[in-house]
Amino acid sequence: MGLDAGYVVLDDVLIVRLKGEIDHHEAKKLRMDWQFVLEDSRCRNVVLNMEAVTFMDSSGIGVILGRYKEIEASGGSLVVCHLDANVGRIFEMAGLYKIIRLANSEFDACMYLGVDPSCKTK
Amino acid sequence: MQNEMTITFLSVSENEAFARATVGAFISQLDPTMEELNEIKTVVSEAVTNAIIHGYDNRKDGYITIHCLMYGGNKLELTIEDEGVGIGNIELATEALYTSRPELERSGMGFTIMESFTDKMIVDSVVGVGTCVKLKKQFVSVQTVCH
Repeated sequence: MGLDAGYVVLDDVLIVRLKGEIDHHEAKKLRMDWQFVLEDSRCRNVVLNMEAVTFMDSSGIGVILGRYKEIEASGGSLVVCHLDANVGRIFEMAGLYKIIRLANSEFDACMYLGVDPSCKTK
Repeated sequence: MQNEMTITFLSVSENEAFARATVGAFISQLDPTMEELNEIKTVVSEAVTNAIIHGYDNRKDGYITIHCLMYGGNKLELTIEDEGVGIGNIELATEALYTSRPELERSGMGFTIMESFTDKMIVDSVVGVGTCVKLKKQFVSVQTVCH
């Protein structure tokens, strides 16, 4: 099934939309792509949309936590939206709920970061 | 129902998805709930990933064997074996958040997830010989389903 990642830039927010399964195999590529796009976009903040993620194991925790640390270190924020029950369980076990902000939707996540997606046409 | 299957495959990371999908398809005979199915796929993924990264140190020429045994109508016993480097200190390796490879961006949650998504986990390992992880789980009995 694999994993597809889509990237959209709204002002200083990079939206990362993931689709498919996140495991160790896919995490290696996701990490490199995400780092490259984030640097290239010069965005400070990231919204991670997990709506179409159908499976995630602890490798997903590693890659998300790794990006969280990098984003925080450069003064930005990471907001995650649309966690399903299975992915949410892994998040909870790893204690990610305590440190990463969650939003119900991509719209809410962008609004939290000060960008109104409905005003953007990009 | 009693049923068994064994698969053996190379230690390449593409096989993580293959392994969990195959075991998931096999255990569909137990009529698992979506949550149970996800739990099994997750623990298989964790165990196979451990074998690849730690057991074989990312070498692609090792073999990983998964044996699935269904018995007693609603019970599953899974064993995931490798012939890799083995684990020197099992207690430390299975500790939550511990990882022997922090540079690889690992979360150290693999064994913790295996333990909490199943009823019993037994880790057997001999340094230089390999590791065998045995996981047991009882599924919600099909006889007690209410409509």
